[in-house]
Amino acid sequence: MSYNINEKGYYGEFGGAFIPEMLYPNVEELRQNYLKIMGEPSFQEEFNQLLKDYVGRPSPLYFAKRLSEKYKTKIYLKREDLNHTGAHKVNNTIGQILMAQRLGKKRVIAETGAGQHGVATATVCALMGMECIVYMGEIDIARQAPNVARMKMLGATVVPALSGSRTLKDATNEAIRDWINNPVDTHYIIGSAIGPHPYPDMVTKFQSIISEEIKWQLKEKEGTENPDYVVACIGGGSNAAGTYYHFLENENVGIIAVEAAGKGIHSGESAATSVLGKEGIIHGCKTLLMQTDDGQITEPYSISAGLDYPGVGPLHSHLYKTGRGEFYSATDDEAMQAGLELAKLEGIIPAIETSHALAVFKYKTFKPNDVIVISLSGRGDKDLNNYIEYFNL
Amino acid sequence: MNRIQQKLQENKKLLSIYFTAGYPSLHDTVTIIENLEKAGVDMIEIGLPFSDPLADGPTIQASSTQALKNGMTTSLLFEQLKDIRKTVTIPLIAMGYFNPMLQYGVEAFCAKCQEIGIDGLIIPDLPVAIYQEQYQTIFEKYGLINVFLITPQTSNERIRFIDSVSKGFIYMVSSASTTGAKSGFGNEQSSYFERIAAMNLKNPQIVGFGISNKETFEQATQQATGAIIGSAFIRHVTEKGIANLDEFVNPILS
Ligand SMILES: Cc1ncc(COP(=O)(O)O)c(C=O)c1O
Repeated sequence: MSYNINEKGYYGEFGGAFIPEMLYPNVEELRQNYLKIMGEPSFQEEFNQLLKDYVGRPSPLYFAKRLSEKYKTKIYLKREDLNHTGAHKVNNTIGQILMAQRLGKKRVIAETGAGQHGVATATVCALMGMECIVYMGEIDIARQAPNVARMKMLGATVVPALSGSRTLKDATNEAIRDWINNPVDTHYIIGSAIGPHPYPDMVTKFQSIISEEIKWQLKEKEGTENPDYVVACIGGGSNAAGTYYHFLENENVGIIAVEAAGKGIHSGESAATSVLGKEGIIHGCKTLLMQTDDGQITEPYSISAGLDYPGVGPLHSHLYKTGRGEFYSATDDEAMQAGLELAKLEGIIPAIETSHALAVFKYKTFKPNDVIVISLSGRGDKDLNNYIEYFNL
Repeated sequence: MNRIQQKLQENKKLLSIYFTAGYPSLHDTVTIIENLEKAGVDMIEIGLPFSDPLADGPTIQASSTQALKNGMTTSLLFEQLKDIRKTVTIPLIAMGYFNPMLQYGVEAFCAKCQEIGIDGLIIPDLPVAIYQEQYQTIFEKYGLINVFLITPQTSNERIRFIDSVSKGFIYMVSSASTTGAKSGFGNEQSSYFERIAAMNLKNPQIVGFGISNKETFEQATQQATGAIIGSAFIRHVTEKGIANLDEFVNPILS
């Protein structure tokens, strides 16, 4: 069993490129070139240099002593929250902006939900002097005002997505429509391990720096490269894909995914795609997604805008279907409590997305000698208002 | 011979109209089809509404959203169409995104189309290669012609490939855009139309996107066999209703 992408762009039965002909030239150009470009020494050099000097990598692998004491196991936190712009998203946008340059593109578009990916895209566009247009659901624009301001300050144009449910999935539709209407000079920086092949694989490979570092960092600290478990939250699944990547084929390393259960898996207000989803096609990719019996895509719900996506990337559908990954889903309340707990025990305020991963201890008991690495995908600054409201701070 | 193939042999420029099933009202489907045929339309594309129509601009998006709100589903559409061949003889094509078909079951969907008398399918997000590998046998078993799109960006090599897989006509998207995004044609379109005409393809071409009136219909069909109007027709029924569709069609065909 392989957990990597095959030459046709599928993970098992999931993936592929179900795109209209209008997108074919762009997606095909990318498919034919992405591995070659990523393999070029000059690309690698520039990518690594920027990750080091601009993003601040390697991000620390931090042994969370008090959290470990509480749950009677050994917990490490992979500190993606300390990256420039405050989340793992920037690993991907750095990679993709270099890709866009090498493909000769002049204009960059992106979708964003919480605004983290939008900020990370606006940031790299400012860095490279490229035009940047970010599509964001009208509803998300209202609930993520600070990130909208950040994008504007970075020189990006934020375009409200007014169609459908006016959240992340509609912002993604609008970005795809923009790409259809601008077929020559534009690169679309997708923000998660979703979309038509080669996006899930390309985003995964850019994010795989996370597990690459975990290996040598853990070797230094524990004398072994391999933890017993890696844990991450899943929206579309990019921080998870990067955290799992170098452990996928080593079945001694357990893979744990935590989705957003919203107000409860079966409450009708949830984003627990692995449980509620069925196989189908969303944004050009065959994967598990939340939909009606009639095949209409439904609107998910989560307190965290970054997990509010009705699908998961095809890698994760494959991990779920094959049983390689253990999937849990944490409710809004469980996530908020886990976030507060991390703040109190370790002095780290996580993004609410990340708090879902931290809620894994509600669902699974680990052995005292287990070594667990949790992807601390982002910091909580952007969520302060949510925390304030929720806890009456 | 399939009704589409027959129609393509008529020596005339074909007018095809797209509408979204379930819009403006849930049960308008049959009336729209009958009135379009009476008005002299040559072919009809029945749009299955989808929650996330990636290739469509605001007009068709809005009609899809409304149709879904009205309660349109794949099964209901089939139910509405079950006696359509008692009154309508022109070719009917179902146009929709792949996910609802996948959920209905591709084979069940095709079987139902055949039973009703649907002649072909246009599925923008089912690429040629995936169709060939996984679905061509099923579609053909039920006598359905699958129609593929080309755009000004499609390479000649790929157009030849699409031509080789096509069995009815090629849907020539007039410009790199979503539906309803642009109206009217410029130099870019003229040279694209000429380039395609010069390729002498085995399948006739029908132009879509950007056609809204007599002028654009005539421009589009100078070389091509026909043209498809979508967004402009949706705007017409939005403003004027579904009764006097000849008001929309006559000026184009006159
Ligand atoms: C901090 C953080 N973690 C996780 C996510 C979810 O995305 P993904 O599943 O692609 O990692 C987001 C998305 O906005 C985020 O901002």
